[in-house]
Amino acid sequence: MSIQSTEINKPLSFECETGNYHTFCPISCVSWLYQKIEDSFFLVIGTKTCGYFLQNALGVMIFAEPRYAMAELEEADISAHLSDYAELKRLCQVIQKDRNPSVIFWIGTCTTEIIKMDLEGIAPKLEAELGIPIIVARANGLDYAFTQGEDTVLAALAQSCHSRVEKLKSESSRNSNPRLILFGSIPDPIVKELTIELEEYGVKIGGWLPGKRYTELPQLADGDFVCGIHPYLSRTATTLMRRRKCRLIGAPFPIGPDGTKAWIEKICSVLNLSSSGLIEKEEKVWKNLKPLTDKLKNKSVFFMGDNLLEISLARFLIRCGMIVYEIGIPYLDKRYQAAELALLEKTCLEQGQFIPMIVEKPDNYNQIDRIKDLQPDLVITGMANANPLEARGLRTKWSVEFTFAHVHGFKNAHNILELISRPLRHLPKFEDQLLEYATN
Amino acid sequence: MKLAYWMYAGPAHIGTLRIATSFRDIHAIMHAPLGDDYFNVMRSMLERKRDFTPVTASVVDRHVLARGSQEKVIHNIHRKDKEESPSLIILTPTCTSSILQEDLQNFVNRAAQDCNADVILADVNHYRVNEMQAADKTLEQIIKFYLQKAKKNNLLDIDKTDLPSVNIIGPCNLSFHHQHDLAELRRLLQDLNIRVNQIIPEGASVDNIKNLPKAWLNIIPYREVGRASAEFLLEEFNIPYTTISPIGVVETSKFIRQLEQILNQLGYACDFTKYIEVQTRFVSQSAWFSRSIDCQNLAGKTAVVFGDATHAAALTKILVKEMGVEVLIAGTYCKGEEEWFEHEVGSYAKQLLFTDDHHLVGDLIAKLEPSAIFGTQMERHIGKRLNIPCGVISAPVHIQNFPLSYRPFLGYEGSNQIADLIYNSFTLGMEDHLLELFGGHDTKDVITNTLSSQDSIAWDNNANDELKKIPGFVRGKVKRNIEKFAKTKGLNTITMEVMFAAKEEQSGND
Repeated sequence: MSIQSTEINKPLSFECETGNYHTFCPISCVSWLYQKIEDSFFLVIGTKTCGYFLQNALGVMIFAEPRYAMAELEEADISAHLSDYAELKRLCQVIQKDRNPSVIFWIGTCTTEIIKMDLEGIAPKLEAELGIPIIVARANGLDYAFTQGEDTVLAALAQSCHSRVEKLKSESSRNSNPRLILFGSIPDPIVKELTIELEEYGVKIGGWLPGKRYTELPQLADGDFVCGIHPYLSRTATTLMRRRKCRLIGAPFPIGPDGTKAWIEKICSVLNLSSSGLIEKEEKVWKNLKPLTDKLKNKSVFFMGDNLLEISLARFLIRCGMIVYEIGIPYLDKRYQAAELALLEKTCLEQGQFIPMIVEKPDNYNQIDRIKDLQPDLVITGMANANPLEARGLRTKWSVEFTFAHVHGFKNAHNILELISRPLRHLPKFEDQLLEYATN
Repeated sequence: MKLAYWMYAGPAHIGTLRIATSFRDIHAIMHAPLGDDYFNVMRSMLERKRDFTPVTASVVDRHVLARGSQEKVIHNIHRKDKEESPSLIILTPTCTSSILQEDLQNFVNRAAQDCNADVILADVNHYRVNEMQAADKTLEQIIKFYLQKAKKNNLLDIDKTDLPSVNIIGPCNLSFHHQHDLAELRRLLQDLNIRVNQIIPEGASVDNIKNLPKAWLNIIPYREVGRASAEFLLEEFNIPYTTISPIGVVETSKFIRQLEQILNQLGYACDFTKYIEVQTRFVSQSAWFSRSIDCQNLAGKTAVVFGDATHAAALTKILVKEMGVEVLIAGTYCKGEEEWFEHEVGSYAKQLLFTDDHHLVGDLIAKLEPSAIFGTQMERHIGKRLNIPCGVISAPVHIQNFPLSYRPFLGYEGSNQIADLIYNSFTLGMEDHLLELFGGHDTKDVITNTLSSQDSIAWDNNANDELKKIPGFVRGKVKRNIEKFAKTKGLNTITMEVMFAAKEEQSGND
């Protein structure tokens, strides 16, 4: 394509639109975090609107006696006729009695922000009175989108990790035995897989934030190394660096074999370990993926943007030979994602592809205009737009699935491509005129 | 504060949006933070709508919090006016805007000055009304607005149609089986030679509203949404209305009788006795079904009914009067309907229940152990846990309650559907019970000599632990595949490494 080839070698370009886009509320993070942290209880302090979202978005999970609930604010709470402290105490006592968790997370919402409920102030008092740790995270829609909810929770957790006292080397006053802590919530089987991957290169992991249980939180010491596995954890990274004096390993994220290789390579290089054999390993994965990538070659993708995984996924898909028209993303921390952005740029150059436009805070209405013009083979979007786009003859993939599917490490690259291929493969085989009838 | 895990009725703005998006030419702008546009997902997924949901957010973020919305809301209203050219833009407040207490009415007034569209502010308070009350209120508000506008412009047509005609008021998006109900209701009215003047809001344009007074009477099929509008039309234009929901054979005939009576009072002589008789005896199967020996098996069976007021009351009456089933509890989560509900079914159910706490409903069901439950999706899950069959009769519902096939609840075909639903729920229960008595006709033990039952391959402890973490429904397949892999490699012990190697190889094969 001539238009595209003229744009090759252009540097990364960033745009920012109106922020009028569809995404999930960040309180949705309770759905995967309560499952990850087995001894936790999540109390979302908000209104019926929050509750309605949770119960509908999380579908069947709500019937499985989840370890989360709403503290539903009523008019008397809003107008301060009731004491927040007394009300929260009453509810937390019920939770303690019924569920006996090791920790209660308070998830602040838009409403607690607006009425300025002092959750951070009340928590330590109640913690002492009830004898249970209370962690406050403000995962609200005023400030954050979808997966950033996890970021607020992990940032709060990072502050509550215990400190490990290390002997200091007198001359450098540096921690003489720094550990590597990985942060980001992923299901245990993937934790195990990534651990095995790293161990192969002699990397020892000093702990995960979060662990399986609250009581197994890693201990942190000044000078420990930390590395993120999700692209949306910039607050957590900042907290670990500034408040806990850890050293951040800025690497691309282990999504796709290219990302995983770069991730391990970077960790090894920082820890002065050899990563020989890694290239062969990556190649082997690509060889296994070939049947899938062959079919995806030169197919075009448009990311509308709603979960912050977009840069990493786009980079992986470009490496697979796909063409990415636009990367919509709710929020881009250029520092935290620096290595990922660099890898994206490098990937485009190596693949001879133009560098896609990165659109922060996209405007869904404008995007749909662009989609109509570009007619991409696949639109990665939220469910609000998926059926209407399909009805207009476009193929779509529901973006939230990437958040819940296993996408990390060498072994799960296959899952990502499965998700991408499915809508392209699933074409109803009507007669020609019937197909038109069915989609218009 | 209230500790809540689940709710039956949604927040107010959902009701407003359900009404707004049911009209053809209304665009709703929510004054809400990012993520509150979940309604769009529900409409697009549950109703499988092909068009984009005409709802956008005027996003409330930190800047709005600090400085107020200022020109933002007005700008967004203007923008949507240009982009979508709707007839009406409804500014929809949410819980967030409720407490911000910005002067949204002022924004609406200012925006309306240079908009082609009409602009109104939905008059609902998040903390005072729920989804259904808000829907009822918003519908009334829109109808009022356009009737007054028509009056002002001398466009109001209050001459009645020559032949008897009705308005159907209330059916809207994300209601329970409302599309099918509407089709059935149209058919019923056609049979009776009654014209449908307007259906509001489903599929209507706001332009249609000015024609509402032409109808002879109003039909409110579901009492939760539409009564306020009917009440207004009665006061303003003296249009009588009926709120009898034609659900079940008995209620359908009562509904038709009521139409007959109103039309007679209005000076139109008609007698629907013959029609009711023919339909009941020959067209509808459910009247005959209740006499057939199948239905005798239902004698002495017990049920618990819970749902919105309309459907819970209707089902209770059908179960007791038409099927001879004993209803232990009839209940509703609809606040404000207690008196009506008691009047309707107080004498049929052993006990009435008014609550929106699903734990209480669950506890009572567990205690009473009815043979079947008729309720919402929540009761279906309670039933699953307690092993009691459940028929879903009311919102809140899942996607499976938006069937593609024709499944009305109203009218004569509706009564057939309900009879099937009731009977299937009970036979399932009975069959289940028999199976238990006789040890079941299916067994999960492996009796054939399949690959998975040959124990030549050992699993070490770690690998076994790992295997247990795989969800039950795929575990067997995963286990077989790994063993197959191990065999081809000539291994006889499966370790974690073997598992991962198998997984890796697998991934290349698809």
